Amino acid sequence: MKIVTCIKQTFDTEAKITIENGKVSDQGVNLIVNPYDEFAVEESIRLKEKNGGEVVVVSVGNDKTQEALRYCLAMGADRAVLIQDPALENGDNHSAAVALAKLLADMEYDLIFCGKEAVDDGAAQVPSRLAEKLDLPQANVITSFELGDGQATVTREIDGGTETLEVQLPAVFSAQKGLNEVRYPSLPGIMKAKRKELKVVSLADLGLSAEDVAPKAELVQAELPPPRKAGRVLKGEVEEVVAELVKLLQEEAKVI
Amino acid sequence: MSIVVFAEQRGGTLRKITYEVVSEGKRLAAAAGDSLKVLLAGSDVAGLAEELKKFGADEIAVANDAALADYTTDAYAAVLAAYIQQENPGLVLLGHSAIGKDLAPRVAARLDAGLVSDCIDVKFADGDYAFVHPIYAGKAIATYKVNSAVKMATLRPNVFPVEENAGAGSVVDFSTEIPAPRTKVLEVKQQGGDRPELTEADIICSGGRGLGNPDGFQLIEQLADILGAAVGSSRAAVDAGWRDHQFQVGQTGKVVSPNLYIACGISGAIQHLAGMGSSKCIIGINKDPEANIFNVADYGIEGDLYKVVPALIEKLKEVKG
Amino acid sequence: MDFSLTADEKMIQEMVRGFAQQELKPQAATLDAEHKMNLDNLARMAELGLMGMNIPEAYGGAEVGVVPYSLAMTEVGRACAATAVTMSVTNMVGEVICAFGTEEQKQKYVTRLCSGEYAAGAFGLTESLAGSDPGSMRTQAVREGDYYRLNGSKLFITSAEYAGVTVVWAVTDRQAPKSRRISAFLVEQDTPGFKVGKAEEKMGQRGSATNELVLEDCLVPAANLLGQEGDGLKIALMALDGGRIGIGSMAVGIGYEALDFARDYAKERVQFNQPIASFQAIQWMLADSYTEMESAQLLVLRAAYLKQQKTRFSREASMAKLLATEGANRACYRAIQILGGNGYIAEYPVERLYRDVRVTTIYEGTSEIQRLVIARHILNA
Repeated sequence: MKIVTCIKQTFDTEAKITIENGKVSDQGVNLIVNPYDEFAVEESIRLKEKNGGEVVVVSVGNDKTQEALRYCLAMGADRAVLIQDPALENGDNHSAAVALAKLLADMEYDLIFCGKEAVDDGAAQVPSRLAEKLDLPQANVITSFELGDGQATVTREIDGGTETLEVQLPAVFSAQKGLNEVRYPSLPGIMKAKRKELKVVSLADLGLSAEDVAPKAELVQAELPPPRKAGRVLKGEVEEVVAELVKLLQEEAKVI
Repeated sequence: MSIVVFAEQRGGTLRKITYEVVSEGKRLAAAAGDSLKVLLAGSDVAGLAEELKKFGADEIAVANDAALADYTTDAYAAVLAAYIQQENPGLVLLGHSAIGKDLAPRVAARLDAGLVSDCIDVKFADGDYAFVHPIYAGKAIATYKVNSAVKMATLRPNVFPVEENAGAGSVVDFSTEIPAPRTKVLEVKQQGGDRPELTEADIICSGGRGLGNPDGFQLIEQLADILGAAVGSSRAAVDAGWRDHQFQVGQTGKVVSPNLYIACGISGAIQHLAGMGSSKCIIGINKDPEANIFNVADYGIEGDLYKVVPALIEKLKEVKG
Repeated sequence: MDFSLTADEKMIQEMVRGFAQQELKPQAATLDAEHKMNLDNLARMAELGLMGMNIPEAYGGAEVGVVPYSLAMTEVGRACAATAVTMSVTNMVGEVICAFGTEEQKQKYVTRLCSGEYAAGAFGLTESLAGSDPGSMRTQAVREGDYYRLNGSKLFITSAEYAGVTVVWAVTDRQAPKSRRISAFLVEQDTPGFKVGKAEEKMGQRGSATNELVLEDCLVPAANLLGQEGDGLKIALMALDGGRIGIGSMAVGIGYEALDFARDYAKERVQFNQPIASFQAIQWMLADSYTEMESAQLLVLRAAYLKQQKTRFSREASMAKLLATEGANRACYRAIQILGGNGYIAEYPVERLYRDVRVTTIYEGTSEIQRLVIARHILNA
């Protein structure tokens, strides 16, 4: 069983966001593997441990992204490929999907796992775009995965409920929290990861031009949202406070 | 030029998000001087076209096919992509719902179109659209331009006002070859009973660690029942196993923007605020006077939620008759 | 001179931080209140390689080095001091067996400590009448054929009730000079005559068991003698040198945890219409203690680095432990001061941290012993 797992390195979810020249600054920010991608990596490793095979983690990024890939290797992935190119630095979801699809086109795989979205841009585009570019079926936001013969049965979150899907393989799956419990890389795992292959490829290596990955959506500017002002704290006996609150909700906020 | 809106229905019922997206489509069409076309896809959905007419579409294309009975990516993507190719619109809008999130990027990739997901505003000025999308779960707001001929966006639920409008509302049939889907829906389970879905709800009552135990959610549910609200949860309550993850509000859960958000026993960690900070009115009920929730709440009540919430329920019963 | 951590060190630090914050910290208050260790946590830590961090792979260890060990101890100390001390002693026991044990002893005991088959290891040195002066101990071991017969008792033995193996020191030759008087033995939990007494009611680190040990005609196979007869003091001192890095690292963790909590509190707590962090009185306490903790951590890491380089580190380890544990005590004291009345009640974690940190200036050599060691090095240089 050959599994390819796509990951993105993102800011720590507790990171404080600052803006510099209309862009989000990455100064002093702790970088992590996108939390949803960790579920994807965990599921891939569990499937490998059960069925044998290989897990290859792939990413689009820069020098720092190697740390994220090493982390996945320490968790138990077998090797890693990083697509790194100056032309991808201001890329969008289209850029990443095109580059990943080209990389995967020359790889063998039975399953492709991604996280359901990255916690930075929250776009949730790459898994579906990648599936389309590879002409594969997709199942997004999955919370359970069961491997069958030439197909997989998954549960995915839909609005207000869940859906059970049977998916022909190979296919792209995007992981939601709840799919599994992510392991911590063990110390022996971290030591072994150092000896595992981490290959860096450029667009030229993939036979792509800068034009092929030119973003379709371009950031004009980023800004901080207007701060939400603290309102008032109502004081007094419970009955009085509650009565005042209901009155305010009706007459001032007009929300009930 | 035209603007195409994908009308989402599930089980023969139009979703609330559809009204929101069509309404916004109409506003943008008016601003840009474009026509508004709505694609309604499904099986036995022709009757829903009538309902859509109220929102000012110039044309409602109905793709009625038994193969569209269940939502499958393959079938729906084929229909939407074919319709876009036929109409060649300048802008395509979908809801940022489970279906929209699955469908929009698939179709965007097929058409090599730029897509901005989860927009809270779309502006039209100087002949171009600007798409406003919160990033880092709302900790920053980004504005994008799209440079492809067809520009696509998904719109965040509960943000765009629903507005009825006059329009020609001609209904036409649309059909295209629908491939055999490579996924099969085996079962659909709706959860949460009659409660509205979190991302669609006007009012959300949420509970956190301050409830002290999983049974505390019964109280939150009683409050939600009176208000017709959805029930949400903080990450702490989910991590403690008191509530399923699909009810989690926050950076690694659902992002919501109801009219009223009532946070009970929720301290207001930054990840939680990221998920509900755009609510129009926030109430914080917490016994810890230092709780961060009071820094964002429009109205705060400092006290034991097990005293405050029952009193609030009683008062609401009285007011609502 | 490069003060930055390597990529591996960073990854190990982050992994342990993640584990400690997610899994250990939420339980710390409960373990303290219930005076109970969570053995499942210890098993998971063994799985992650945390119970044999400097043990060669051949014996099931991760052999990541002493600097990563120090970083890990600090992270675990931050989250739960009771678990941290258990981890420290277990690592120390594994290391000491690796350093002095026969191949057979290493295969049998070290692998089990690393794998988690043994929940922990214990270190049976202290007696009621022999604390800082282990050479004066009373417990006696008498050779009888293939066995040693041990009689006596030990006090304040960390993890004794769930340790798979305990290193027990006993006098083998009362006539020998003090440096050759005692020997060390590897005693398994179920050895007849090896009796674990009641757990002490302690001020802090209550999650970790601290027991009395009674040895009553306890027959230990001669093959379980660690090193040679008379090597006991040498083994103990070597182990304690390493242990000091562990305890110093842990104290740094406790100190930082208290300070971070106090800092966040000071930024939120409003008095006289402003956050108390805006008052110089509070700022100075924080500035002094952060400075002290940071310098302590540098010393601890340097001692760890020296040990990792297999050079002498005894002087540095004593300095590091002295500053880290005394500084962490001051940090916790100040944290409570900053929290005021809130700091004194159990609802806020600094109350526990203050109790947990207290013992760090006492075990693995009191601050007074550290000063003695340091002074000896300075004066005999």
